[in-house]
Amino acid sequence: MATIYIDNKPFEVADDQNLLQAVLSLGLNLPYFCWHPALGSVGACRQCAIKQFRDEEDSRGKIVMACMTPVNSKSLIPPLNETRISVDDEEAEHFRESVIEWLMVNHPHDCPVCDEGGSCHLQDMTVMTGHNYRRYRFKKRTHRNQYLGPFINHEMNRCIACYRCVRFYRDYGGGDDLSVMASRGEVYFGRFEDGVLESEFSGNLVEVCPTGVFTDKTYKEHYTRKWDLQTAPSICLHCSLGCNTIPGERYGEIRTILSRYNGEVNGYFLCDRGRFGYGFVNSGRRIRQPLIRNDAGGLESSTPEAVGDKLASFLSNGAKMIGIGSPRASLEANFALRTLVGADRFYNGMSADDSRLVASAIRILQEGPARTPTLREVESADAVFVLGEDLTNTAPRLDLAVKQSVRRKPIERAAMLRIPEWDDASVRELVQDEKGPFFIATPNPTKLDNIATQTYRATPDDLARLGFAVAHALDPAAPSVTDLPDDVAQLADSIAQALKESKRPLVISGTSCASEAVMRAAANVAWALCQDERAGEVYFVVPECNSTGVRLMAERDVDAAIEAVQANEADTVIVLENDLYRRAAGTSVDTLLDTAEHVIAIDHQTHRTTEKAEAVLPAGTFAESDGTFVSSEGRAQRFYQVFVSNGDEQESWRWLQELMGAAGQLEAPAWENLDDITAGLAQAYPIFEAIPKIAPPAGFRVVGQKIPRQSPRHSGRTSVLADVNVSEPKPPADSDSPFSFSMEGYTGAPPSALISRFWSPGWNSPQAINKFQIEVGGHLHGGDPGRRLIEPSDDAKPEYLNDVPASFKPRDGELLIMPLYHIFGSDELSILAPAVAERSPQPYLALNPNAAASLQVRDGEVVEITLDGVAQRLPAKISPELPEGTAGLPVGLPGLCGVTLPAWSRVKK
Amino acid sequence: MSEPIREKPLTKNFSPGEAPFDLKQYESGGGYQAVRKAMTEMAPEDVTGVVKEANLRGRGGAGFPTGMKWSFVPMGDRAPKRKYLVANADEMEPGTFKDRLLLEGDPHQFIEGMILAAYAIQADVAYIFLRWAYKKAEALLGKAIAEAYEAGYLGKNILGSGYNLELYLHTSAGRYICGEETALMNALEGKRPIPRTKPPFPQTSGLWGKPTIVQNVETLCNVPHIVANGADWYKSLSYSGNGGTKLFGASGKIKRPAIWELPLGTPMRELLEEHAGGMQDGLKFRGVLPGGASTDFLVEEHLDLPMDYEPVMEAGSRLGTGTMVILDDKTCPVGMIRNLELFFTRESCGFCTPCRDGIPWTHRLLDAIETGDGKPEDIDNLDFIINTITRMLGRTFCAFAPGAVEPLQSGLKYFRDDFEQHIGEKRCPYAS
Repeated sequence: MATIYIDNKPFEVADDQNLLQAVLSLGLNLPYFCWHPALGSVGACRQCAIKQFRDEEDSRGKIVMACMTPVNSKSLIPPLNETRISVDDEEAEHFRESVIEWLMVNHPHDCPVCDEGGSCHLQDMTVMTGHNYRRYRFKKRTHRNQYLGPFINHEMNRCIACYRCVRFYRDYGGGDDLSVMASRGEVYFGRFEDGVLESEFSGNLVEVCPTGVFTDKTYKEHYTRKWDLQTAPSICLHCSLGCNTIPGERYGEIRTILSRYNGEVNGYFLCDRGRFGYGFVNSGRRIRQPLIRNDAGGLESSTPEAVGDKLASFLSNGAKMIGIGSPRASLEANFALRTLVGADRFYNGMSADDSRLVASAIRILQEGPARTPTLREVESADAVFVLGEDLTNTAPRLDLAVKQSVRRKPIERAAMLRIPEWDDASVRELVQDEKGPFFIATPNPTKLDNIATQTYRATPDDLARLGFAVAHALDPAAPSVTDLPDDVAQLADSIAQALKESKRPLVISGTSCASEAVMRAAANVAWALCQDERAGEVYFVVPECNSTGVRLMAERDVDAAIEAVQANEADTVIVLENDLYRRAAGTSVDTLLDTAEHVIAIDHQTHRTTEKAEAVLPAGTFAESDGTFVSSEGRAQRFYQVFVSNGDEQESWRWLQELMGAAGQLEAPAWENLDDITAGLAQAYPIFEAIPKIAPPAGFRVVGQKIPRQSPRHSGRTSVLADVNVSEPKPPADSDSPFSFSMEGYTGAPPSALISRFWSPGWNSPQAINKFQIEVGGHLHGGDPGRRLIEPSDDAKPEYLNDVPASFKPRDGELLIMPLYHIFGSDELSILAPAVAERSPQPYLALNPNAAASLQVRDGEVVEITLDGVAQRLPAKISPELPEGTAGLPVGLPGLCGVTLPAWSRVKK
Repeated sequence: MSEPIREKPLTKNFSPGEAPFDLKQYESGGGYQAVRKAMTEMAPEDVTGVVKEANLRGRGGAGFPTGMKWSFVPMGDRAPKRKYLVANADEMEPGTFKDRLLLEGDPHQFIEGMILAAYAIQADVAYIFLRWAYKKAEALLGKAIAEAYEAGYLGKNILGSGYNLELYLHTSAGRYICGEETALMNALEGKRPIPRTKPPFPQTSGLWGKPTIVQNVETLCNVPHIVANGADWYKSLSYSGNGGTKLFGASGKIKRPAIWELPLGTPMRELLEEHAGGMQDGLKFRGVLPGGASTDFLVEEHLDLPMDYEPVMEAGSRLGTGTMVILDDKTCPVGMIRNLELFFTRESCGFCTPCRDGIPWTHRLLDAIETGDGKPEDIDNLDFIINTITRMLGRTFCAFAPGAVEPLQSGLKYFRDDFEQHIGEKRCPYAS
C-alpha cells in the first residue's frame, strides 16, 4: 500500500496500480475512454488528465495522464518522493473538457437515434467534463459502415478512436479480422471487407465500445432504451460455465443480454452464444398454454383448470409415476419433480454417457487433491494442458480465459524490467508473440491451436494414453503406458516438463470426447502435480448449465428410465424441460413414449418429446423463473425471474406442485416460494446445504424496500396500458425474491447476488461496474456471487486412476464417428435464436483426406452413414487433421440429435 | 566563445556532381580506420566513452547526448543476447534535406558510423530505416553495404575481432511519424507506425522487445571522426561545448538555398547573409523556422543568435534539424502556416486525440481565414487549441502535436496583424 495525496487529502491505495485505477477504486470520478480494467492502459485518448506535483511546495505541477502514471512515484523517471495529484485542478479540468471537445469535432449529433443513447460512456464523460457547446464550425468526417454479420451493427461515424475495440478483439480475444486501418483523422475500425466477424466474442464489442459504433444488432430488431428494460440478475444456460448475465425485457420479450460482472467467473465478458442466444424466450415455438391430446390425436390448447382435471385422472389411482429431470432445468425444478415422484423414481434426464462422465468429474474433484479453478484463476495459470476438449466450441468463455493464461509466463519478464502489467502496450511490445507453455490434445483441430506450444490429434483412447503418460512422467507412481510411439512419449515428457516447471499448472478436460479414460488421465496429471506444496488444478467441462447440479441429485439416467418403462415398473412419465430425443437413440425414446400410458411434459419449447406427450404444461424459461444452477466449476448460482409472461407459463416447480395436488398427495410440502424449496433441497442433500445461503431470501429488504427490476427512469408506466384502462395496474407480486416488478424500491447498490443493473449517478453505461467493485477490475463489494459446492478434501491421497486404454485400432470398412461441437449449433436452445441459427453450420460429415480418397469423395459430395440403425445422407467436409480411421459429425444440429457418439459406422458414397 | 578550428569532416569526401567514393576511395582517404581502431584497440565501453566525452548531441532534432543514450543499453553477459542498432534515415521534416546529402555524398562514412555505434552497444543486427523517396540513396547504400560485407567490415568476425554485425537496408512506406523513433520501431516490426510509451525506453525494450538504439544519420556520420581523432579535436570544431560541426541548410526565397557544414554555434545572420547570399532582390526577411517545419518562428531580432541547441531554445524555438525555412515579406504567413498544418494533419498517426482531432481543426480554421471565410472568433479558437496542446510534453502521446503547433503559435505571436487583416478584409492581402 502507498499513501497518495489527491487534492491534498491523503488516501491509502495499492501501489502496483496506476493513478486512474487508484482514483476510480476510491470511488472518485475521473473520465476515461481508452483504458479498460481488463485491457490495461495505452494512453491514447488523453481523457484522464490530472495534475501531478513534485511535492507540497510545487504549485505549478504538470499535466499527466492518470492511466499512464504509476501510483508509486519512485518508479517515475526522474523519481518523485511522494505522489501528490489534483483531479480538481483547473488546468486539468480544462484539458479534459478540451479532449471531449476534440472528440466531438467529428462525433455526430445523433444521440436521439443512437442505440447507445442512455447507455453511453461518451455521453456520461461529456456531461462529467462539462463540455456543452461546439465551437467547431466545419464539416465532419464521414465513414462507410460495414456489414459485420447477424450480431453486430457498425456505425463508424460515431467512432472516437479510443482503440478499445481492436485491443479487445485482437489483443485480448485473439481475433484477427477486425483491425484499425488508415491513419490521422481517418482511422477506421472494421474488417478488411464487409463480412461476418469471426470471433466468438464479438458481442463484447457492444460493451467495450464507449459509444455507438458497435451495437447489438439483435437488440436493434426490437429496440428499447436501456432505462425501459426490466432486468434481473441471471445465469447463462448455454454451456456449463455459469457466466453471469443481465437479460433485459420489455413487453414480454427479452431484448438484449449484457454481461453481469462476476469477478471470479466471467468478469466483463461473455461469448456470443451467451449474449445472442436468448431468442428462444421470444420464439414462436414457445408453449404458451397447457396442451392436451384430443380424441383426434392432436394436441390442443386448454386451460390450466381443464388440464388440471385431466392430469388428476392420470396421476391418481395408483399411477406408477417416474420423473425424468433435466440438466437444463434448475435444481429447484428437478427437486420438485423428485418430490412428486419420489427419490427412487427420479431420473436425472441425462444421456447414459453424460451421466457417467459428469459423475466421474464430480468424483475426481471430490475425492482427489486437485482443485477446480474459477475462470479468473484460469487466467493466472502459467502452463495449461487441454486434454480432449475443443474449448472454443464447448466452453467458449474458458477459451477466452486460457488466452490470458498463455501470457502469464512471458509477462514475468516485464516485472524484471519494471514494466507494470497495466502498461499494456509496453508489455505486449516486450513480449511480442511469445506464449507460455500450452498443449492441446484433441481429436480435431481447435481455434486455440495457433497459440499452442504443441498440438496432438488422436482418438479419445490415444488422448487418454498421452494423458496417462504425462502423469507417469510427472510421478512414476502413476500407471505407465506401454508401447507408446516415440514421438508421443517425447511429447508426454515435454508436457510433463513444462507443467512441472510452472507455478500454477492447469489441466483442462471434459465430457465432450465421451471418454472416461480421457478424464481419468487428466485427473492423474492434476494429481501428480499436487505434490511438493504445489497446487495442480483441473477443470472439467461438462455438457450443460446444470449437469453438475442434477448429477449431484440423482444417478439414474434416461436409459435407466427407458428400462423402467420397458420393465413395466412405470406407466406414467413426467418429463421436465427435456427433449429425450437428444438423450438417447430415437428408437429407444419412441419405445419409452409409446409404451408409457401417460406422458406429461413440462417445457417452454415445442420439440419431439412434447409433440408425443399426452399433456404439455407451459414452463417459464430462465427469464420467467427463479432457480439455481451448479456450474462446471461447482459453483451454485441463483438466477432470477426477469418478467411475468402474459400466458399461462409458470415456473416448472409450481406446475409440479400443482401435480402433487392433482395426484392427491396429502403429504406434499406446502411450498410458498422458492426459499421453501431451497430449504427442502438443503435438507435432502448435504451437498446442497449452502444453497439457501447463495443469495438473500425473498424477505430480504434494504431499508425496508425491495430491489426494483426497473430503473428509476422507467417510462410510460401509466401510459402504456392507458388505451385499455386509465387506472394504473398493480405491478405483479413476486413472492420468490427480494425483487419488485416495478421501479419502486431501493436504488442504491444491493448485495452482489442481487445486482439487476450496473448504474450509478452519472454512470449510465456498463462502465458503472467500477462503482460496484472493491477495486476496479477486482471483486464485487460483498464478494462475488455464487457458492462453490465442491472442494478437494485436504488430506486426499487417492490411488492413481487406472485402466489405461489400449491404443486405437482402425477398423476395416468402418469409421469411428466422433462428435464435433459447434458454438453456434450444438446447443439446444440458443440455436432457436435466429441470429445464432444464421451462424450455425449445415449438417456435414468430416472426413480426413485419406478416408475421402478411399471413398473417392470430394469436399461437398454426399456420403451416407448409419447410426443407431438410421441412415443419414450428409455432405462430406474434408478435415485434414482428423485421426486416421475416424470421421466427425456435428453434435446437436437439427436432424443430427440423439445419436450416441463416438460410434462406428460404415460410410458409403 | 572560442574560435573553432575550421575543418569539415562530414563533407570532406564530397564531390558534387560526381559519384560518391567507393570503398577503395573511401579507405584511401582514411576511411574505416576508425572501425579498425575500435576493433583492435578499443573495448565497446571505450567507444561509448569517447562519444560521450566529445559531447556529440543527436542531430535528428531532439539533441539528446549520444554517448549517454548508449550508456543505458544493458551490457555484459547478463544483457539480452539480441540487441539492435537502427539508423533513422526517414528524413521527412519539411525543409530538411541534410541526411539525404550525407547518404548520397558519402555512404561509407555513414556505414562506418553504424558499425561503430553497433559495436559500442554490442548490437549484432542493425537496420537502416530509409525514407522511401530516397531512391538514389537506396541504390548507393545497397552498393556500399555490399562492398563493406565484401571487405569484412560487416558480417561475421569483423576484422578478426570476433564481433558480428548484420546490416539490413529497409525502405519505409513513407510516413512522417516514422521519424519518431518508437513509431519507427513499430513500422520496422510491420505494425502500425504509432509511437510507443516511454518508459520503457528502447534501450531496454525496443525493437521486438530487445535493447535498441535509434540514431539519426548525421549523428552516426560524426562517430568515425570522433573515434579516429578523439574527443578534444571534436569539441574544438564548434563554437560551444556541444561538439562538432553541423550541417546547416536554408530554403525559401534566398539567393543560394543550400546545405553547409559549419561549426555548431555559427550565427544565423552569417548563414543567411554570407552563405545563403541574402534575400532575393526585392524581398525582405520576415521570419525563419530555424530547424524545420515543427519549430517556432524566429524573426529579425533573433538573427544574431548562434545556431546551437541552448541559444535557439532560449529564444523560444528549437535548433531541430538545423535546416532553416525562410519567410519573406511577399509571402503570406497565414498561407504558409496553413500549408504546414495541412502537412501535420495528413501525417498525424491518429493515435491520440489532441493530435488526431485538434490539428485538423487548426487547418480548417487557417484555410477559412486564408480563403476569406475567417471569423473574429477563429483566432480565439486557434489560441484555444494551441494553449491546450502547448509545447509542454505529456499532454499528447508524443512530441508530434506540440511540434505541429510551434509554427502556428509563434506565427500568431509575430504575425497576428496578418491574421486579423485576413479576417477583416475577408481575403488574403498577399493575393494579387
